[in-house]
Amino acid sequence: MGLTYQSTGTSTTREVFNVDTSDKQPVIALAGNPNTGKSTLFNRLTGLRQHTGNWPGKTVLQSQGSYIHEGRKYTMVDLPGTYSLLANSVEEQVARDFICFAKPDATVVVADATCLERNLNLALQVMEITKEVVLCVNLIDEARRKKLNIDIKKLNQRLGIPVVGTAASSGEGISDLLKLVSKVVTGTLKPEPKAVQYNPQVEDVVAKLEPIVKRVVGNELNSRWVSLRLLEGDDTIIHALEKFNGKEQVQILQEALA
Amino acid sequence: MKLTILNNIKLNERGITMAGLKSLKELAVGSSAIVKNVSADGIKQRRLLDLGLVPGTRVEAVGRSPLGDPIAYSIRGAVIALRKEESTTIMVETVN
Amino acid sequence: MSSSTSLQSLIREARNITGSKQNEIRDSIVNTIYQEAGNIAAETVTNEKNKVDWDRKIDQIITSRIWGFPIMFGVLTLILWLTITGANYPSALLANGLFWIEDQLTNIFISMNAPSWLHGFMILGVYRSLAWVVSVMLPPMAIFFPLFTLLEDLGYLPRIAFNLDRFFKSAGAHGKQALTMSMGFGCNAAGIIACRIIESPRERLIAALTNNFVPCNGRFPTLIALATIFMGGMVVSFSSAVATLSVAGLVVLGIAITLAVSFLLSKTLLKGIPSSFTLELPPYRKPQVGQVIVRSVLDRTIFVLSRAMIIAAPAGGIVWVLANTMIGDTSVLATIAGWLDPFAKQMGLDGFILMAFICGLPANEIVFPILIMSYVSGGAMIELDSMEALRQLLVDQHGWTWLTALCTMLFTLCHWPCGTTLYTMQREQQSWYWTVLAAVIPTAVGIILCIVVNHLVRGLGLV
Repeated sequence: MGLTYQSTGTSTTREVFNVDTSDKQPVIALAGNPNTGKSTLFNRLTGLRQHTGNWPGKTVLQSQGSYIHEGRKYTMVDLPGTYSLLANSVEEQVARDFICFAKPDATVVVADATCLERNLNLALQVMEITKEVVLCVNLIDEARRKKLNIDIKKLNQRLGIPVVGTAASSGEGISDLLKLVSKVVTGTLKPEPKAVQYNPQVEDVVAKLEPIVKRVVGNELNSRWVSLRLLEGDDTIIHALEKFNGKEQVQILQEALA
Repeated sequence: MKLTILNNIKLNERGITMAGLKSLKELAVGSSAIVKNVSADGIKQRRLLDLGLVPGTRVEAVGRSPLGDPIAYSIRGAVIALRKEESTTIMVETVN
Repeated sequence: MSSSTSLQSLIREARNITGSKQNEIRDSIVNTIYQEAGNIAAETVTNEKNKVDWDRKIDQIITSRIWGFPIMFGVLTLILWLTITGANYPSALLANGLFWIEDQLTNIFISMNAPSWLHGFMILGVYRSLAWVVSVMLPPMAIFFPLFTLLEDLGYLPRIAFNLDRFFKSAGAHGKQALTMSMGFGCNAAGIIACRIIESPRERLIAALTNNFVPCNGRFPTLIALATIFMGGMVVSFSSAVATLSVAGLVVLGIAITLAVSFLLSKTLLKGIPSSFTLELPPYRKPQVGQVIVRSVLDRTIFVLSRAMIIAAPAGGIVWVLANTMIGDTSVLATIAGWLDPFAKQMGLDGFILMAFICGLPANEIVFPILIMSYVSGGAMIELDSMEALRQLLVDQHGWTWLTALCTMLFTLCHWPCGTTLYTMQREQQSWYWTVLAAVIPTAVGIILCIVVNHLVRGLGLV
C-alpha cells in the first residue's frame, strides 16, 4: 500500500495544485491567520515575480511567486489566511490539503506578534502535520510599540522549530528567515516539533486507532494527526486521501494532459 | 434549528437558577466570563470552536456596535464580533 | 479500488472507538491545543508595563452609539473633499498639457495635408477621448485610492462592517457585504470577486448582485465633475464643500439602495435566514504610507492608462465615425439619440446622455467623454480645457439644468455594470441567469429612480 502512494510522488501532486515546479525548485508554503501581514511578507519576498489564479476546482484565490536566495530559486505559495486547519471552510481545506499532499519543502507559519496565543494555535496544528516548519513572528515592530517582549529563543526551545522575529513592512529579520528556510530545505537544520500531549482519554483512543491508520496510510501522512482528525469526526481527510492518492488524481492528471 | 433554540431556552432558564450561568449575549460590556458550553449546530459550532470558543476559555465583552448588535468580544488575544444569533448559543459563567 | 475501501473502513473504525464520545473528544482536542498555545504564549511573551490599550479606547469612540455613524460619514466626506479639491490643480495642468499636444498634432496633420476625416478620427475621436480620460479620470483616482488604501491598512474597514452589520442582518444579508462594497469603490469586478469571503452562497449572491450600487473607480470622476459644475456651482463660496456633500450623499443613497434591494432579494428570489457571522476586528496598524502611495499611484496610473488605450481610444474613434457619418442631414449618432430621446426625457436625461451610457458598456470611464464628443462633434468646436468650458457646453448649448445633472448622477449610480464586471459575475457564479439579473436590477432601479425624481421635481415646479 505504502508503495502505491509513494509511486505517485509529490512532484505530480504539486502539479495538481498548479504549482510551478519547472526547475525542480523547492516549494515553500506560507500559512498564517488573517491580518498577520502574511501578504506583505509574500509581496516583499516575491515582488513582481508573482501570479494569481484560483486553487484547482475552488473559488479561492491562489497566489504564487518565486524568490531567489543565495543563488537558488524558491517557489512560494501563499495559502489562504485561516485560524486553523480543521477543514471547516474551503480556505482551511485548501490550506490543509496543500500542506498534507503537496508536501512543501518548508512551511512558514506567519504569526502576529501582538496576539501570539491565537496564532500559535495554527502553528501547533501545522507542526502536527509536518516537521519542516519555520515560525515567523511577524509585526515584531508593532509588538515593540505595544511594549510586548517576545522571547524568540524560548519559543524556539518550547516548540522545537526554528523561530524568527520579523517586520515584513520594514524588512527586519527577512534575511534571517530566508536563511532558516534554506537550512530546513537542505536538511542542515532538522526541526523536531514537540507534539502536543492531549488528555489521557484522548491519548488512549489515539493509541487504539493509530496502528490501524498507519497500516492503511503508511508514511504518506502523519498517522497520529490523521487519527486525531478521524476521532474528532472530521472525515474530510479521508476524502482528500482518496482524491489526491486514488483514482481522482489520475483523472485530474489525465484531464490536465488532454 | 428549532431544537437548538429550545435547548437554549432551557439552558437560559437553568442559567437563572444556577448562579452566574448565562448566555454570552447577556454578558455586560467590560465584564469577563468563562465559556461553559457551546450548543450551536454543525458547522456553526465548528466555526466557533475554531475561534477558540471552547469550554474553559475566558471571554470579555469589549464593546457593542452602534445599534447594539453585533457585540465585540476579546477571545484569546483577538477581538471578534459575534451576532446575537451566535452569542446566545454560548453559555458562560461570569468571573470577577 | 481496494485502497479506497480500506480508507473508508478507517472512518468506521474511528466511530467504533469513540462511540458517543465524539463531541467530547473534539472539544478536548481543540481545548488542549488552545491551552498549549496559551501556555507557550504566557511563557514567552512579557508585557513590560501595563500600557493603555489604545485600540480599545479608539474602538470605543469609532463604534460608539453616538459617534459611530457620524465618524463614518465624516471620513467618507473628508476623503471625497480631499479628492475633489486636490484633483482640480493636476487636472487643469494635465488638460493644458494634453490640449497643447493636440494643437501640435493638429499642426502636423495640417502640414502633412492629411485629409480632414483622418484628423477628425485620430485627433477629435481617438486622441480627445484619451486626453479626457487621462486628465479628468486620473487625478481623482490617484488621490482617492491611496487614501482609501490607507484606511484599509489602518484597520478601519472591519469597523465599518461592524457598525453596519445590524442593517445588513435586517436586510437578510451578511455583515461582510460592507467589506465587498468597500472593494467596489475601487472596481465592481473586484468587489464581486471579493464576495468570496462570504461563505453562504445565498448571501454571497446578494452581495454580488448589489455591488454595482457602489460607484466605482470609473464612475466617481463623472460624479465629481457633475457635482463640481452643477451642485457646487449653485453656491459659489462653498462650491467644493457642496460638491463633496452631494457626492457623499449619493454614496449614502447607494448604500440605502443596496440595503433595500438586498432586503427584497432575501424576501423573494434568495429567501433564507442570515447565516452565521463572525468578524475579527484586528489591531490598528500604522499604515505604510510611503509604500501605499507609491504602489497605488503607480498601479492606478498604469490601470487608467491601459484602460484609456484599450477601451477609451477605440471607442472614441468609433463614436467620432458615428457622429460624422450622415444619413440625410443628420448623423447616425444624432439619429439614434433622436430615437432614445422621448424615453430619456422621461428620465430627466436626453437621447445623447442615454446613448453615452449604452456606448459606455465596455467601461464606465468613457461615458462622459462619449457624451461630450457627441455633443461637440456636430456643433461648434470648443476647447474643453476647464470645468467652465464644460459648463458652457452642457448648460448653454445643450440646455442642462441641475435636474439633468442630478438625473445623470443618479443613473451613473444605478445602471448596468460595465462589461468587465458582468464577465466577472458570469465567471464567479457560472450562471447567465444571475449575470442578467446583475444588469437588470440596477438598471430597473435607475430608470424608476430617474423617472420619479424627474417628474417630482418638475411637478413641484422646482426647475
